[in-house]
Amino acid sequence: MARIDLKSLAHSYFPDPKTDEDYALRRMEHVWEDGGAYALLGPSGCGKTTLLNIISGLLTPSHGQVLFDGKDVTNLAPEDRNIAQVFQFPVIYDTMTVYDNLAFPLRNRGVDEKRVDARVREIAGMLDLTGKLKQKARGLGADEKQTISLGRGLVRDDVSAILFDEPLTVIDPHLKWVLRRKLKEIHNKLRPTMVYVTHDQVEALTFADKVVVMYGGKVVQLGTPQELFENPAHTFVGYFIGSPGMNIMDCKIDDGAAWVDGQRIGLSDRHLAAISKQSGKIELGIRPEFLTLETAGSTKGSDGVEVNIVKVEDLGQYKIATTRFGASEIKVKLGEDEQVVGQSGILRFAPEWTKLYADSQLVA
Amino acid sequence: MNKITNNKAWFLVLPVFFIVAISAIIPLMTVVNYSVQDIFDPQTRFFVGTEWFEQVLGDSRLHDALIRQIIYTLSVLFIEIPMGIAVALTLPRKGWGVSASMVLLALPLLIPWNVVGTIWQIFGRADIGLGGYLINLMGIDYNYAQNPMDAWVTVLVMDVWHWTSLIVLLCYAGLRSIPDAYYQAAKIDGASRWAVFRFIQLPKMQSVLVIGVLLRFMDSFMIYTEPFVLTGGGPGNATTFLSQFLTRMAVGQFDLGPAAAFSLIYFLIILLVCWVFYTVVMNAGKQGEQ
Repeated sequence: MARIDLKSLAHSYFPDPKTDEDYALRRMEHVWEDGGAYALLGPSGCGKTTLLNIISGLLTPSHGQVLFDGKDVTNLAPEDRNIAQVFQFPVIYDTMTVYDNLAFPLRNRGVDEKRVDARVREIAGMLDLTGKLKQKARGLGADEKQTISLGRGLVRDDVSAILFDEPLTVIDPHLKWVLRRKLKEIHNKLRPTMVYVTHDQVEALTFADKVVVMYGGKVVQLGTPQELFENPAHTFVGYFIGSPGMNIMDCKIDDGAAWVDGQRIGLSDRHLAAISKQSGKIELGIRPEFLTLETAGSTKGSDGVEVNIVKVEDLGQYKIATTRFGASEIKVKLGEDEQVVGQSGILRFAPEWTKLYADSQLVA
Repeated sequence: MNKITNNKAWFLVLPVFFIVAISAIIPLMTVVNYSVQDIFDPQTRFFVGTEWFEQVLGDSRLHDALIRQIIYTLSVLFIEIPMGIAVALTLPRKGWGVSASMVLLALPLLIPWNVVGTIWQIFGRADIGLGGYLINLMGIDYNYAQNPMDAWVTVLVMDVWHWTSLIVLLCYAGLRSIPDAYYQAAKIDGASRWAVFRFIQLPKMQSVLVIGVLLRFMDSFMIYTEPFVLTGGGPGNATTFLSQFLTRMAVGQFDLGPAAAFSLIYFLIILLVCWVFYTVVMNAGKQGEQ
């Protein structure tokens, strides 16, 4: 197991990159701790697979270095880096039995048969493959094939890191949940360094200790699931994490408050101090969880915003109200038994959860 | 359960039945007809039972041709299949080299059989042929028209030149269908080059190779035109393969009875070998799936 350092790392698929747009991966500087479970989260094309392939050595970065435990591995081939990787689609050796498939990475490295047998049986036990060990791999379903791929990733216990590239895409929802828990269990037990690429926030948040959110080739935030939820460092994080995502509105700062479409939203001194030094496009963000919607005759007061209620969706455990004022559409998360009466209401912003962004970056 | 039977549907099969009848069944039955009769003229014919078959099976010239044929076909397969795989593995996977090598490889396949024979007939000559001249220049006494071994090797090399491309193209198609992830996973699993070939590339090529082997077996087992043009079956009988032998019997000597009997035996050998090969390979693939 190893700590992974990314030093001034950047990658471009073009031979002579000029602008930022030419980079699939913009310059980054990170230290990923030994034994951590990291999720790389982001939409398709954000560079997460590129980053993973650089760490595994399938791709050599055009700039910067990758260090495992302080040792420069930037130019080492995957087989010399001592890593395991699981791919998006099952990769199995058709002509081998399930047992031989699992044993393959060990045998290639000359591990003795007794040890191979012990490891294969242990991993097969964890992944419920014990009964299938003697079968040929080619006759199995996609789920089982991918489980074997996972097993091949886990079978070596001396790897620096185990990398997963959206490994549960082809797995059906129920088994997905089981396997995700298995991975988490294995991580808790053996503490390998794990890096897990996904575009599914639920998967990332349940699997990882630390989530690396990527957007447009950049790491926009690295933090615990809680940090991502409470303190999104970038409007993209706010919008991408959470269901529904953060409400983001264009605003102006004037007279000690934020103004959105002519309505006043109160700010704290902390906000005002930080924003006064900023220029650029200012946006205000707040999560639907931190808004309260009052209906039926409540008064606006000094901190309320008058809104029209467009619709209310009951999602069982909670309700989502879509409200509108001016050009802004704002979603509010309501408790299951909160009643919404009428077509209009008063929205109240909790100042401590109201975030200000300048050019998409968190200011306060 | 009531099953609805409507025998009128059989009429829909009729057109196909007629086409197959005219193109295959009736000619085949004619051969069967010849093989069991001794025919002098349409009015004078005798049923002879299995006499022709017995005569043909006991013919030592046929035994020689059959052995020659088997050795030839096995040589063709043992050279063309591994070579085809090897070439396919070294072909470029992207860039302009792909189309360039495809065109080059396809060229021999586009040349008619008798032209191939003619090309090699001239190419192999010591006086005016580039190949034959160069070989003789190296001090090797090469003459395919006189030396049986030279003739044999020339026919074999000609077939390899003509048909290895087919195996290459088939294998290349098989190789191209392997997703990159397989190679990446193999790298990470620490697989050797041999293991990649043995456990990834070969299994993925299996189905195209079955077709390739069947095609090359059938074709080489029935080879006629090229040796006919190149050596005419000689020198002596060195390159007289089964088709040549058959043609000589049927057209040269007009022994229609024995020729017909032999045609049927010939047909059954090919059918049997193909069936056995196909069944064995396909079953080997399925083993252990349940």
